[in-house]
Amino acid sequence: MNTIEANSVVMKKLLIFTVVMFAFGFALVPFYEKICEVTGLNNLLQADTLAENPQVDTTRWVTVELDANIQGLPWQFKPLQSSLRVHPGELVEVMYEVKNNSDREINGQAIPSYSPQLLAKHLKKLECFCFSKQVLKPNETRQMPVQFVIESGLPTDVNTVTISYTFFELAGANAANLVTKTNQS
Amino acid sequence: MAAVHDHDVAHAHDHHPSGMMRWMMTTNHKDIGTMYLWFSFIMFLTGGVMALTIRAELFQPGLQIVNPEFFNQLTTMHGLIMIFGAIMPAFVGFANWQIPMMIGAPDMAFARMNNWSFWLLPPAALLLLSSFFVPGGAPAGGWTIYPPLSVQMGMGMDMAIFAIHIMGASSIMGSINIITTILNMRAPGMTLMKMPMFVWTWLITAYLLVLVMPVLAGAVTMLLTDRNFGTNFFNAAGGGDPVMFQHIFWFFGHPEVYIMILPAFGIVSEVIPTFARKPLFGYSSMVYATASIAILSCIVWAHHMFTAGMPVTGQLFFMYATMLIAVPTGVKVFNWTATMWRGSMTFETPMLFAIGFIFLFTLGGFSGVICAVVPIDIQVQDTYYVIAHFHYVLVSGALFGIFSGAYYWLPKWTGHMYDETLGKVHFWLTMIFFNLTFFVQHFLGLAGMPRRIPDYALQFADFNMISSIGAFGFGLSQLLFLYVVLKCIRGGAKAPAKTWEGGKTLEWTLPSPAPYHSFETPPVVR
Amino acid sequence: MRPVTHCGILELLARTVISNQVGGNMSSKAAASIVGMMAIALYSGLGMAAADPYQLNLPEPQTIIARQIYDQHTMLLWICLAIFIGVFGVMFYSVLKHRKSVGYKAANFHHSTTVEIIWTIIPFFILVGMAFPATKTIIAMKDTSSPDITIKTTGYQWKWGYDYLTGEGEGISFLSNLATPRAQIENASPKEENYLLEVDNPVVVPVGKKVRIIITANDVLHAWWVPALGVKQDAIPGYIRDAWFTIDKPGTYRGQCAELCGKDHGFMPIVVEAVEPEKYTQWVAEQKSKSAAAVVDVSKEFTMDELKAEGEKVYAANCVACHQANGKGIPGTFAALDGSKVATGPKAGHIDIVMNGKTGTAMAAFKHLSDVQIAAVVTYERNAWGNAAGDVVQPSEINEFRK
Repeated sequence: MNTIEANSVVMKKLLIFTVVMFAFGFALVPFYEKICEVTGLNNLLQADTLAENPQVDTTRWVTVELDANIQGLPWQFKPLQSSLRVHPGELVEVMYEVKNNSDREINGQAIPSYSPQLLAKHLKKLECFCFSKQVLKPNETRQMPVQFVIESGLPTDVNTVTISYTFFELAGANAANLVTKTNQS
Repeated sequence: MAAVHDHDVAHAHDHHPSGMMRWMMTTNHKDIGTMYLWFSFIMFLTGGVMALTIRAELFQPGLQIVNPEFFNQLTTMHGLIMIFGAIMPAFVGFANWQIPMMIGAPDMAFARMNNWSFWLLPPAALLLLSSFFVPGGAPAGGWTIYPPLSVQMGMGMDMAIFAIHIMGASSIMGSINIITTILNMRAPGMTLMKMPMFVWTWLITAYLLVLVMPVLAGAVTMLLTDRNFGTNFFNAAGGGDPVMFQHIFWFFGHPEVYIMILPAFGIVSEVIPTFARKPLFGYSSMVYATASIAILSCIVWAHHMFTAGMPVTGQLFFMYATMLIAVPTGVKVFNWTATMWRGSMTFETPMLFAIGFIFLFTLGGFSGVICAVVPIDIQVQDTYYVIAHFHYVLVSGALFGIFSGAYYWLPKWTGHMYDETLGKVHFWLTMIFFNLTFFVQHFLGLAGMPRRIPDYALQFADFNMISSIGAFGFGLSQLLFLYVVLKCIRGGAKAPAKTWEGGKTLEWTLPSPAPYHSFETPPVVR
Repeated sequence: MRPVTHCGILELLARTVISNQVGGNMSSKAAASIVGMMAIALYSGLGMAAADPYQLNLPEPQTIIARQIYDQHTMLLWICLAIFIGVFGVMFYSVLKHRKSVGYKAANFHHSTTVEIIWTIIPFFILVGMAFPATKTIIAMKDTSSPDITIKTTGYQWKWGYDYLTGEGEGISFLSNLATPRAQIENASPKEENYLLEVDNPVVVPVGKKVRIIITANDVLHAWWVPALGVKQDAIPGYIRDAWFTIDKPGTYRGQCAELCGKDHGFMPIVVEAVEPEKYTQWVAEQKSKSAAAVVDVSKEFTMDELKAEGEKVYAANCVACHQANGKGIPGTFAALDGSKVATGPKAGHIDIVMNGKTGTAMAAFKHLSDVQIAAVVTYERNAWGNAAGDVVQPSEINEFRK
């Protein structure tokens, strides 16, 4: 094999490698989501199922703080209680209230976030307003429940956690994208 | 191999265009290397003017010279231009000039592609710089272009993204060329483990470039579609995550740091043995250390994100991995020291810059280890401490390496000796003003001055003033370098083929200046 | 502007040594074992004033985490110094002795496996020694359990918002803006002591109580950083992160936003005021009565002049950064208000955009301001510069708008 051929073989290999790495950049997105899902960091928009017979650990208390944020839409959004104490394994329901202050109909999507982050792995939400978009008519007020269980797998040194939601306006592409994402998962 | 040169030789001898066309059309590795080096010097001055504007604004508290938006544009563009315009092309320039001569090859493997990869750069740089003149101005989100801030920017950001695409393509083409040249075109007898260190470091660098440049291209492409086509890769509202951009960016960004320093390691590993008149200590451990640095560099990216909020296990992993890099880096510093030990040293300008490199790069390494420790990083992240740290590794690291290499090989390139006295003056001015500029920034960072701010609290005033004075001294000293280079090109004492007594690599067997076509018949290496 | 009075190299060196000694006195076992002797020898009660222009080291730590960070930094500095002296001692000995000009002949050795293995392994163990205390601190930093008070802080372009979520003071909520007057920044008046590090509403916390801080952002990334507390955490829109601190002694601790967030990134400081628990209780009561008073205000009618005067202040605190004092904005980036359709058109549209912001632009929602403030600023904008809408917006209208 002469040099020119040898060179073009190397070049082809490297070009293929380049393309693979470019694709890898994009593959990092689902990969990242997968990691978050496996570690439970990001299991956001779907209902969880509970183990058959969850054991309630009455020897432990976990303080759950509730938080609400809105970003860029004319709503008011707050939990009806700021915090509560629960036992791991216990099924609890909390209420959030949202109000549309504007005179137009608005689609909103709530995105949850947890602190400490590892809570995500141990929080099972059976019902949540974040599973679907919320459409609020002008000046409509709505109370929405969240039903969840904090699994007893939560490390014992964690006894205070925060569940936070941020409402974003769903408009155009955001809406379409999220709907497909939710459907896939 | 014969086929290659017959064609090239015929081509070059038959018509050797002059003037502008010579440079536009050239496929000669030496011409292209020269163009890379001049391009990078122009970019260095451009980025330098921005840095000096920044330092002028920071000379005193209060807003004097530029407004905060423009200040942010300057810091962003200073970073992008110095990294993609100055440091990286300078090393590619060295690679073009030296790799064929050091491995006994007639030219680069893909001479035409070599021309393209250079000529992509000036339009990309123009595109990047012209973003200053569009509505909204140049990108002002920092060189790391984190969303969501970068999504807020005007069209200057899109121009910067395209410029990054083009420069990335150029780098990838350059790397493919370098890898192929090194793998396929070595002179008979030159096994991989007989290659000069500079060639080794570039081989590893080129692999890193091919590995991570496409990932950067992917990251900025996602940013582009988030900005313009309503995708939600990094937008929480659409189920994305802004932190994910940081992960992808730094997957590129950290190896990038090593891309900018490994070739400098290579240059220093050539210069030290030459002026110590003693072979490089621990050649094979140098090769392995370089390779381990490259591999480790791919698994430490998240240490740039310790304050972004990561689970404990993540922080611990990235802290341990990052600290581990100190081991191979330490091996290199020890090897250089051992090379100097019981040598017969002389201290011409290249050697001065090489010693300056080891001295200051090691300081940068120390602050690097300090930054790697998560709790301390929590304090110093995004402060002037980090600015000081990465200027110690990039200016007194990469740039000192470039200066060292430039003085080392200028006689070979031009056929004349540079002015040794002026060279030494340039070194000492650079050394003094560099430390004046950046050493005090450690104190500023520890005391609590965040980076990327156009104005600061009164307690930071004095050190900022010292730093600004140093910066202007440093900037002006570089004009002396320009003068030395121009003087050397125009004339001076005739340089012998073996310019340096201790020069052992193949380029010193060629006459000075190196002929336009060299090693058309490959030398035999024993 | 103070001149550089005494920046001699010697003094800097002396201060480096002294500040390292202060580190040595920070009562850490690890650091003390290394620097103990010298620290005792040089101990002279040197503390660092908050605004020391030659402060060389981290600020005096006020929490246990900050203290651990301080001590680890000091320990690492000493280790680095020892390595530095070792390596460069050898190198500069060689530079001095092994030079051609003194007639030294080069040896020809080029490797020694033993030596190379030794200097690979020794640094490894040094690093393990460094990583060990750091690991413990990292785990401690993450322990946000059982707080006495939880405060949420939200980064806005370019101010911080604070909501006291649980514990004493629950329900308190306010914004914290830069308090330094524009004139000082533009060099029109002399800069005062806490230039750029002062806010209108500091975060007040009790000493000795564990405060958990939840950090998020409303627009772009920010970072909440108070050096003396050892807390720096990025604020990420749509996500929450947490950190904690327990402050030992009362005082005012200042910090800044540490993540580039646009134009006024350098102008959104953080001020934490730590007070005795009794004073904290008092402060909470004041805040509660203040917010109760604000509700009563709503039905009051104001005159145009009153509203314009108040509105100018609100404008200076919230709007001037983008829309500029002359109302002309920054062409291509921030819209002009002077002569704009919104500010001269119907009231309702103007109020809507101020309260709800405009999606897709940098215009944020300002409905967190009080009814009086919004009414005032809207009235001001409609009647300032070349605008002469001539109408008055009353707080009651804003209150109506909120419903």
